[in-house]
Amino acid sequence: MRFEYFQMIDRIVALDLGTRTVRSVCSVPQESTIFEGHFPSYPLMPGVLLLECMAQTCGWLVTSLNGFTAMPFLAGVKEAKFRTAVHPGDHLEFEGKVVHEGSGYAVAECRGRRQEQAVCDAQITFRVMSFPSPEFRKALVEWAERIEVPVKALIK
Amino acid sequence: MSATFDKVADIIAETCDIPRENIKPESHAINDLEIDSLDFLDIAFAIDKTFGIKLPLEQWTQEVNDGKATTDQYFVLQNLSDQIDKLIAAKGA
Repeated sequence: MRFEYFQMIDRIVALDLGTRTVRSVCSVPQESTIFEGHFPSYPLMPGVLLLECMAQTCGWLVTSLNGFTAMPFLAGVKEAKFRTAVHPGDHLEFEGKVVHEGSGYAVAECRGRRQEQAVCDAQITFRVMSFPSPEFRKALVEWAERIEVPVKALIK
Repeated sequence: MSATFDKVADIIAETCDIPRENIKPESHAINDLEIDSLDFLDIAFAIDKTFGIKLPLEQWTQEVNDGKATTDQYFVLQNLSDQIDKLIAAKGA
């Protein structure tokens, strides 16, 4: 997890286009300026960043489903719940599922866990649009390769 | 009024918190009901689920942008309901 680059997911460990599911893992950094403010003497991972973990997990699935031809942009969140405190050094796992692929949008559900303990869950809507530029797409593909998305097998 | 229109109107009322009596077949979703594109995603999701179809929003948007169609053709609710009926019929064909 690289807070400073907003790259929340360390690795995609499973991705199944048939069942439209994905699983990712990440470790919360031991130190970050974020924890200096949130909160002094009680470092706590902000819920909005857990939400971003869920959005990125499902976002990788959405863009994999379309073969990296379009980019999912976060458009809406429903029923987000943050069920327990997450602290520096925690290891998290996220499981996402695309429940609907519409025309120009997708809806996914995601839940996060620490070992077997439920941490968070939400329903997330993405607007799916063309990449703003070829450079953007290239950067996204490189990012995907770094976190072990099987890009070569997916690209159309 | 068609059964499809009634379902669409119920979806819009629930999704956008618009009084049901204000939603009429001649209402334009954008111009009259002031539904924005983000809320319309929620409506499209509910319509897709309810009717088991996939509203071709990208195609419709492209047609409007290209001047090949007007927003009335897709976003006046009776016309939207007719489009839904066509998609349902095509699915069963």
